[in-house]
Amino acid sequence: MALTNETIKQRLVEKFGEQVSGFEEPYGMLTFEAPKEFNLKVLNFLYDDAELKFRFLTDLTVVHYPAYIGRELAVVYHLHNMIDNVRIRFKVFTDINQPDVYTASGLFSSANWQEREAYDFFGVNFVGHPNLKRIMNVDEMDYFPMRKEYPLEDQTRVDKDDEMFGRGGGLGFGNEPTPDHRHTIAEEDKKAEQEILNGNDKDAQLN
Amino acid sequence: MTTTEKHIPLPEGSIERETTRINLGPTHPATHGVFQNILELDGETIVSAEQTVGYIHRAFEKIAERRPLYQITPLTDRLNYCSAPINNMGWHMTCEKLLGIQLPKRVEYLRVIIMELARIADHLICNSVIGVDTGAFTGFLYVMQYRELIYEIWEEVCGSRLTTNIGRIGGFERDFNNIAFSKLERFLNEYPDVLKEFENLFVRNRIFMERTIGTGPISAERALNYGFTGPNLRAAGVDYDVRVHSPYSSYQDFEFDIPTGTTGDTYDRFLVRNQEMWQSLRIIEQAYKKIQEMKGEEATVFHADVPEYYLPEKKDVYTKMEALIYHFKIIMGEIDIPPGEVYHSVEGGNGELGFYLISDGGRSPYRLHFRRPCFIYYQAYEEMIKGGMLSDAIIVMSSLNLIAGEMGG
Repeated sequence: MALTNETIKQRLVEKFGEQVSGFEEPYGMLTFEAPKEFNLKVLNFLYDDAELKFRFLTDLTVVHYPAYIGRELAVVYHLHNMIDNVRIRFKVFTDINQPDVYTASGLFSSANWQEREAYDFFGVNFVGHPNLKRIMNVDEMDYFPMRKEYPLEDQTRVDKDDEMFGRGGGLGFGNEPTPDHRHTIAEEDKKAEQEILNGNDKDAQLN
Repeated sequence: MTTTEKHIPLPEGSIERETTRINLGPTHPATHGVFQNILELDGETIVSAEQTVGYIHRAFEKIAERRPLYQITPLTDRLNYCSAPINNMGWHMTCEKLLGIQLPKRVEYLRVIIMELARIADHLICNSVIGVDTGAFTGFLYVMQYRELIYEIWEEVCGSRLTTNIGRIGGFERDFNNIAFSKLERFLNEYPDVLKEFENLFVRNRIFMERTIGTGPISAERALNYGFTGPNLRAAGVDYDVRVHSPYSSYQDFEFDIPTGTTGDTYDRFLVRNQEMWQSLRIIEQAYKKIQEMKGEEATVFHADVPEYYLPEKKDVYTKMEALIYHFKIIMGEIDIPPGEVYHSVEGGNGELGFYLISDGGRSPYRLHFRRPCFIYYQAYEEMIKGGMLSDAIIVMSSLNLIAGEMGG
């Protein structure tokens, strides 16, 4: 009998009751979440259960949702049952101020570097990881660059703000006040002009 | 010290035996990329190793958070640059899955041809480089001609060779021209003999066999635990292939086998890749035949009808209002992506290349993550070379087909 999403859901609810929640099936892939304390229990259950057999960790990554207060970081596991060819997605959410999640590297060797990558970019502290240090970035880096608070480009550029990409922004297209940096260049020019008028022009003095 | 000198026992407490730490890389010619490996050697035997991925991170995932979908394709080129079209197609298919776009059969078959050519180009490099690292340079130079021919076919289709940016969301940017098809025919005619000869150089070659059999083996169980996919997993005996398990782009219409090995050593990886090239040829032949059999309107279509995502023809932009609007909206990145969460994977040159895309309804992805097979299975390198010889470490590395671009993301 082929393993269906319905069966997986039933088995999980039987075992964990209300601890597993948020069942969805976006594009046919069963997605659910559990409290972060339960992540290893759920992963172990999915691995060991004679019916479920999710023994291949396809992918491990993190998503940052600044809007979800108290559960900003989501660790996302993509698991694959290769025998029945079923994939599922499992998430645990954690507070960004205390991002401790148990490591899955004991169960899946492939999680080792993927967790290091997740730590490197999002700062999730994988408790029990054998070698949790940065993997892509330099060791001296003191922040986690993939978090949403680190903007990609120089924010003083007015031609490329979030407004163009459909996520608010607010650089004076509506009723919002014009940001300060628009004035600065004009003001500096004016100041320089004034200094020339006062006879304090540096270039002129050099000559 | 001359050999005639008598051996004097060392004083009490001194070190009689010491291991040596050496750096293999970061710019060693045999590492084929900037990887640093710190090896601890006892004589020539590897006691332990620490491999690093190198500083090749280019923040693609972050950049993608500020780009409209079509501008992300050139980023995917630079993952596994030996088979860039597979990455491009994988990305287009991810977008199409999110947007719910159905493609005409001809487009899917054309994609299959391009992807299988890419697989051949990828495996060709890997296998001939194993040859180079074992001391046989001839095979490498000989097959390069045919990689060149593959590049010429891509050039006819998209204008570029290595980082292709081939295809668009919804199909191809233009139809294949006759030169592309005639070059494809030439490839299909000439390549089998070349591959046969290439195999003859290596497969029963005594020196090659002695060097590769039993070198860097991995069991199926360990390989799965380490997240191996693609030829490296199949060499260990697991017949997992995304093309068969989760067919995309009409792979279910073709007949082909999944070659597998048994021991997961360097020799098996070589054989699996060789066999896969034969299977790819089979697929290309079938796809080309199916395309030739198409008639009427079906035989000329090269993209789906998705005006919101597929750039209109230039002459329409000048004459039709709608086309002009769509042209501007697409170029300026003003098309909203429907919210959703999608994972799509394709069988890349090195294994399962996955795209995890989350959209919040904005104009660029909220989060995009690439599952890069190389990055995941390179973790097993230490386990595979431990206890072996230093010279074996080098051919194990080349047989894993490590691509620096796929490490970094």
